[in-house]
Amino acid sequence: MLSILLVILWFVNVCLGSVSIPFQEVFSILMGEETSKEAWQTIVLNFRVPKAITAILVGSGLSISGLLMQTLFRNPLAGPFVLGISSGASLGVALLILGSSFLGGSLLSMAFSNWGLAIAASLGAFLVLSAVIIAANRVRNTMSILIIGLMFGSLTSAVISVLAYFSEAEQIQQYLFWSFGSLGNLTWEELLVFSIIYVIGIFGTFMVIKPLNSFLLGENYAKSLGINIKKSRNIILLITSLLTGVITAFSGPIAFVGLAVPHIAKMLFNTSNHKILIPAVIIIGAIVLLICDSIAQLPSSEYTLPINAITSLFGAPVVIWLLIRKKKIYV
Amino acid sequence: MSASNKHIILKTTDLSIGYQQKKKQLVVVNDINLSIEKGTFVAVLGKNGIGKSTLLRTLSKVQNSLNGTVFLNNKNLSEYSSKELATSLSLVLTERLPESQLTVFELIALGRQPYTNWIDSLSEEDFTKIHWAIEQTEIKHLQHNRFYELSDGQLQRVLIARALAQDTEIIILDEPTAHLDMHHTFKIFSLLKKLVDTTGKTIIISTHQVNLAIDLVDELIALSDKGLVSGKVQDLIDNNTLEHLFPKEIIKFNKTLRQFTIHKNN
Repeated sequence: MLSILLVILWFVNVCLGSVSIPFQEVFSILMGEETSKEAWQTIVLNFRVPKAITAILVGSGLSISGLLMQTLFRNPLAGPFVLGISSGASLGVALLILGSSFLGGSLLSMAFSNWGLAIAASLGAFLVLSAVIIAANRVRNTMSILIIGLMFGSLTSAVISVLAYFSEAEQIQQYLFWSFGSLGNLTWEELLVFSIIYVIGIFGTFMVIKPLNSFLLGENYAKSLGINIKKSRNIILLITSLLTGVITAFSGPIAFVGLAVPHIAKMLFNTSNHKILIPAVIIIGAIVLLICDSIAQLPSSEYTLPINAITSLFGAPVVIWLLIRKKKIYV
Repeated sequence: MSASNKHIILKTTDLSIGYQQKKKQLVVVNDINLSIEKGTFVAVLGKNGIGKSTLLRTLSKVQNSLNGTVFLNNKNLSEYSSKELATSLSLVLTERLPESQLTVFELIALGRQPYTNWIDSLSEEDFTKIHWAIEQTEIKHLQHNRFYELSDGQLQRVLIARALAQDTEIIILDEPTAHLDMHHTFKIFSLLKKLVDTTGKTIIISTHQVNLAIDLVDELIALSDKGLVSGKVQDLIDNNTLEHLFPKEIIKFNKTLRQFTIHKNN
């Protein structure tokens, strides 16, 4: 049932945008038929379809990362960004945009291309992540990794503040726009790279169902069940960073979805079994972001709100409502 | 019983247990030479902080030994792969389970993980073992409950069922009656005894229920300031080992009653 809802929402999402195109026209464009207006075809095929696919990848990817982190740290407040990955990506982008005034020239031109932003964000995310994983292998306690991640987050935010202090208003604004998050602007080429990494990440997630379930009993029991804790932990950290890294690189730091969707799935399906939760989280994550993006389009207007604002604005009350109704929250 | 019938399942030679701190070793107990026969019910006794948990953790490879070796079925414990060990030895720990929505059945089914495929689906045999474990521990009526709804006594039975489902020769339990009243403490002890008698499993527990242990277990491992002494219950009574278990001012061992008794001075 949820899958059908997903398909419908995807289609609705494609239909919405600042240029209004009738439903039937969109449908025939998607079916590969000729349309009355050439421009409509370009809009649908080169802008809206990639954007709707991006929404699905981003929503499900972030939600899966959130689920992995909540189970690994056995902490319901964990989300995809607890490892400091979004801060790392932000630092990369901040260095590129805000630092370009110091270095000038080639960096400046790079700053305005999508690829430039994506590469800077990936590098930043990768750097912070490597630091976290190196630190993680030196501490025995998994909870310490959580705190180390938070510390790296604070550190990078501080560096960004310093950079912003010495930057010009125009650059700060550009950085700010990146941090709002955006699902659009992806070419098919970029989407291909995105999808490949996404598929690797999701495939990996299915491979760690067993360790994830055993972590529900705590690390000592997991170990006594024959699970290699360190190896599983590193795989989970790697999957999370791949997914969140690539998502942040292409769409900016999109808040909230990764934290909330796993809880929505756990409450809807009333289970902690990852064999059920993983597919549920993928579908619900995609649905939630498609809805958020459709709202962000502000149907029948030419404005588009930043996706980051919508996810929190509409998502937070939903989770609060769910919690008050159900009264209990689980890892 | 002739010597050839004996099957030594767990053996230690010159084992030192404790903690490795940077370059310093913090030895808890030295020179442990144990040998435990298959199908015995063993209790580790000793006051708080004397090293009961450290011993159990070392025997189950949760932590490494400082020196010496542990042999499980004549094979060095350090040569066991984690999966191989998971099919030979299962645990019931004192730590609280993280909050989750696992049902009793799902929790017990996790005991089958060493045998399941990559996606954790249960085979016919897995179901048989799980149902057997549920029957043995008499928790059939609880199997669809969430584990957080259970009382401490019920949860302990569920955790024992999980260890049973893991289908191992040895089960090690760290203070299985820690939070239980007298009634449930006795029920857990008699359940464990029944399991040893009917299934031939070897069960090792640590416990503060010294009097109950003396009554119900086959062998004792007594940890005191004087070190570790192990053997049949009667042997340890006869050679006065139990008298050194606690400081003598308050608690004494009464040989005729076969019990520890409290002495009030005023």
